[in-house]
Amino acid sequence: MTIASQAPQAPQTSLRPITMAILAMGGEGGGVLSDWTVALAEANGYYAQSTSVAGVAQRTGATVYYVELFPRFDGDVELPYPVLSTMPTPGEVDIVVASELMEAGRAIQRGFVTPDRSTLIASTSRTYSMPERTAMGDGRVDSQGIIDAAKGASATFIRGDFARVAEESRSVISAVLFGAICGAGVLPFTRDQFEDAIRRGGKGVETSLAAFDGGYNVASAPPAVDIQIGVRPASAEAPAEDPSDSIARSSAGDLVGEQLQVQAHRIMEDFPAAARPMLVHGIKRTAEYQDVSYADAYLDRVARVRAFETDPDGEARLTTEAARYVALWMTYEDTIRVAFHKTRERRFARIEGESRVGDKDIMQVHEYLHPQIEEITDTLPTALGRWMLRTKWINALVYKVTHKGIKIQTSSLWGFTVLYLLARLRPIRPRSLRFALEQERIDAWLDRVCAIAPSDYALACEVVELQQLVKGYGETHANGMRNFMAIMDVLSRLQSSPDAAITAAKLRSAALADESGRALRQTIDALPTA
Amino acid sequence: MAERSFTEEVKKLRMGDGEEFQGEGILAVTKALLQSGVSYVGGYQGAPISHLMDVLSDAQDILEELDVYFENSASEATAGAMLAASVHYPLRGAVTFKSTVGFNVASDALANLASGGVTGGALVIIGEDYGEGASIMQERTHAFAMKSQMWLLDPRPNLDAIVNMVEKGFELSEVSNTPVILELRLRSCHLTGSFTAKDNRRPDMTVREAVDNPRRDLSRIVLPPASFLHEQEKVNKRWPAAVEFIKKNGLNETIANGSQDFGIILQGGLFNNVNRALELMGLSDAFGNSQIPLYVMNVTYPVIDDEIVDFCADKKAVLLVEEGQPDFIEQNIQTILRRNDATVKLHGKDLLPVAGEYTPAAVTKGVHAFISKYGPGLLEGQPLPAVTTPDGDPRNPFTPRIDGDLVQGRPPGFCTGCPERPIFAALTLAQREVGEHYISADIGCHLFSINPPFAIGATTMGYGLGSASASALGAGGAEKRPIAFMGDGGFWHNGLTSGVGNAVFNENDQLLVVVDNEYSAATGGQDVLSSQADTPNRSTKHPIEAAVRGIGVKWARTMTNTFKVDEMRDLFKEALTTKDKGPKVIVAQSECTLNRMRRERPAKAAAVKAGKRVVTERFGVDPETCTGDHSCIRISGCPSLTIKDNPDPMRKDPIATTLSSCVGCGLCGENAHAAALCPSFYRSEVIVNPGPWDRFKAALRSRYIGFLQRGIERRLAGLEPA
Repeated sequence: MTIASQAPQAPQTSLRPITMAILAMGGEGGGVLSDWTVALAEANGYYAQSTSVAGVAQRTGATVYYVELFPRFDGDVELPYPVLSTMPTPGEVDIVVASELMEAGRAIQRGFVTPDRSTLIASTSRTYSMPERTAMGDGRVDSQGIIDAAKGASATFIRGDFARVAEESRSVISAVLFGAICGAGVLPFTRDQFEDAIRRGGKGVETSLAAFDGGYNVASAPPAVDIQIGVRPASAEAPAEDPSDSIARSSAGDLVGEQLQVQAHRIMEDFPAAARPMLVHGIKRTAEYQDVSYADAYLDRVARVRAFETDPDGEARLTTEAARYVALWMTYEDTIRVAFHKTRERRFARIEGESRVGDKDIMQVHEYLHPQIEEITDTLPTALGRWMLRTKWINALVYKVTHKGIKIQTSSLWGFTVLYLLARLRPIRPRSLRFALEQERIDAWLDRVCAIAPSDYALACEVVELQQLVKGYGETHANGMRNFMAIMDVLSRLQSSPDAAITAAKLRSAALADESGRALRQTIDALPTA
Repeated sequence: MAERSFTEEVKKLRMGDGEEFQGEGILAVTKALLQSGVSYVGGYQGAPISHLMDVLSDAQDILEELDVYFENSASEATAGAMLAASVHYPLRGAVTFKSTVGFNVASDALANLASGGVTGGALVIIGEDYGEGASIMQERTHAFAMKSQMWLLDPRPNLDAIVNMVEKGFELSEVSNTPVILELRLRSCHLTGSFTAKDNRRPDMTVREAVDNPRRDLSRIVLPPASFLHEQEKVNKRWPAAVEFIKKNGLNETIANGSQDFGIILQGGLFNNVNRALELMGLSDAFGNSQIPLYVMNVTYPVIDDEIVDFCADKKAVLLVEEGQPDFIEQNIQTILRRNDATVKLHGKDLLPVAGEYTPAAVTKGVHAFISKYGPGLLEGQPLPAVTTPDGDPRNPFTPRIDGDLVQGRPPGFCTGCPERPIFAALTLAQREVGEHYISADIGCHLFSINPPFAIGATTMGYGLGSASASALGAGGAEKRPIAFMGDGGFWHNGLTSGVGNAVFNENDQLLVVVDNEYSAATGGQDVLSSQADTPNRSTKHPIEAAVRGIGVKWARTMTNTFKVDEMRDLFKEALTTKDKGPKVIVAQSECTLNRMRRERPAKAAAVKAGKRVVTERFGVDPETCTGDHSCIRISGCPSLTIKDNPDPMRKDPIATTLSSCVGCGLCGENAHAAALCPSFYRSEVIVNPGPWDRFKAALRSRYIGFLQRGIERRLAGLEPA
């Protein structure tokens, strides 16, 4: 036989590579992280091989980088170049690094993380997936579920909000993760050796080293297992209770100024403790929106519902949710409200922070407004608004000015003045077309709630929560209102059924399933005819 | 200019004898070409071989020194045809593209090339886009090798083996007068490693020397009667020559033969996975010292009958590890064994997956099953690979450890600031007014439109074929006309003739949208004819609209700023409703953001450093006015436009927010206008190093605005606790 042949040799099975999988998304520097790891290993007596699927990595998709490290020396003897794998073998991965929490979940799902072997180093930060972002309501998956799974699936689980560490050090997450790998003590190299690998890379060395330090501290801090940093809760979807809530329950007056003391007193007297935090928010919101007497009107409305509260010493769900949704509806979005918020001082300060405006820099802010004729006439006194809607040339003029949208620079003298004057229209709001209409709708809705509550508390709560559908502006608001009305119309068909509340909840989620209202129509059509 | 610069890598191409080359697989191949005395190189970019093209583009000076001609071929067919230079001349030539799609395009040229045969070594380097990370239909290049009789090399995935195969491939091609395919798997192209370099070699004959001395040989031209002669020559002359060369040079390898009465036959490209499988069972080590006899086919076509028969002679069973389907090699080996009355039992796709990638997990399971059957004693006392442990074992990686609902797909999509996103936002808005249309998609970044949030596009029939694949449905006489998409890359590749010319000639009633982002963007930002860049060696700035008008299109419009969503939307409406006959063509033109940022970011940073006035823009969302309905996201999908907890304690739904990665492309504002979204978007401009006029204005504004703002806060003073 002439083929190249190699006789059998005794295998040295005691040596196996260190295997590391990096799960990241395009643009996060997963490639940089694997390059650093290879450079680190090669400079310190190891062979290293990394593979990736380029291209996909650059375009926001999830991707896996895979690195294998193998010692170059056995004692003093230099070993030949080993046969390394180009892909991770499920169940055989020593270190799994995930730049984001759902990617950590993906690593578990793909079997890269196993409880016998794997150290999982993951950022608890979330980069939301498309379905999570495009949901009409809250479509986010439960972070805590992923964290719990990760604890069970890994031998060691090291986590932290590494994205925030990167943001704080004005660097990229790859440098933070490199620090976390070092801090986790899972690679046979010293901190100096890690840092040298960054230095040799030569790009943005100082910021990368700062980020590295942040990651190192998180991963090396005791306890070695189950680490999280900061005061934020581990799960973004389950925010910790606001500390002011307990104050609201015991002494609401401490949370409001002198103008609202009467209302705060009334909250303490007339409303269940569980609903008080929401009511405190509600009186401030309505008073800010219109005036103090509007806050009184708000409390009157919630008080109507409170009369049917059957659980005042417990959760008081009906009252609490009424406190929430009555306030939201009463402070419906109109041009006056938008102009008010756009001109506030605290908004300017917030934007400066977000845009990272330096001391000597100058910031300018531009708005993108697209008022429809209805939104303009809505804010005007009823008679004037009606006349404008009827009058063709007014319509044409408004269309001409607004149909392509208006850009206003709020930071300019002229732009600020326009918005400021709009916000100053607040006192005439109660005389507007829209105001009257909304008050009418609110009262009709609450009438319905009060009619249902004595016989079906749970359904009444659902009807209160239907207000969630009415939000946004223009067409979005119109679609939401259409869905809201459609469900209100079929309520009578549910009322006698024992699981009416469950059906109502289903209708509400159907309304949030798509923009066209198709899912809601189908669900309604499928209801038994009364 | 490609999106990645290879200046550093280019230096490695200059390495000489004995130096250690460290780098990516595909770069090692590039170096190997220069070491082999190649005369000319061409190809068409595409993952995973784009880097080969990019690095040569950046290495113009080295190529000139060595007198090597390099061409960015217009298509794979062009690249394949380019190898014609090796038919009569002893010129070594190499072309590269992704397979199998590239091979589909090139196969006319390559079939003709393989018929007449070659004098100089002709190497086709293909990046096999198969398995995880692949972006194309899953097929095998093996079929092309068989049908045209081209030899197929599938070396072990390590740089030494790959580099060696480039050199041997040229020799094999020359001794057997047959073009040779060098197959590199997806991850092999991007694996890092090292090999010992040799000096670069000037070609024995350059293309200039060749063309100055014209040659022809009638017997090499594919026309009867020579074509009949070629077929005989293939089997009687070229095949035996190849077999002899392969055997003599030991291109295939056996390892540990004789140690067991069973063994494994494998494709070279799968060697590392098979070795890892054996390692996990304690039957090999990290240096490939297998305890099981292996026959490693670094040449997968032709299959060498003698070597197969010899390897199987002392064995009761062999396992063939052959990735992909159909099982061409398994069928081939069965034939060889049958003809030779061999009694060995051949296993293959009975123990291994019939279809799909041969990942380490798949190979480990198959090899474990095989050894359990024929050498169970070898497994005693050895570790059990994790993938073969029972469900529920802490080592078992397939035990479900997370609720499937918690992990959602994350396919690649449009980048932040991508100028193609507004095209699809505008089309979405246009369709709301004029109704849903049939939409034919193409290959390129624009194909990301098929995923949410746009969900636009029904078929993709191949590169540059978006228009052609709408032709039957553009018959005319219907109330609606189909919409076809095509990228600038696909347009110049073949779409101009296969699509636009076809539609003009047949008076096809379709709307064709040519997405012109100034590069072949999806493959890494290579220049095309219509690119706007000034490049020293390429002719650019040939407008697409001029080309379509030249071929006979009457209704053609170019939108030079795709971010004007309302104008785009109105243009779509017009194109979908006009009474004009024949194809309607919209050229939607804006530069790829990845490339633009790569150019502009460093320039901006330098300007800031130099104290120049620089304006940075980004978008933001006001949390007070955002109500969390996310309609802005549903019409954008931008990675930088996402959601966060609602800071309003009364609202439950998360609100929209922009990340610091926002590049201020302007789409959010345009969408807010065109789709009449909410007023929550704002654009902030930060002026770094402001001039005196900026500072004067800012001071004036700050005093005026501050005064009015204090008034607002006075009204609210009594609402919050002091």
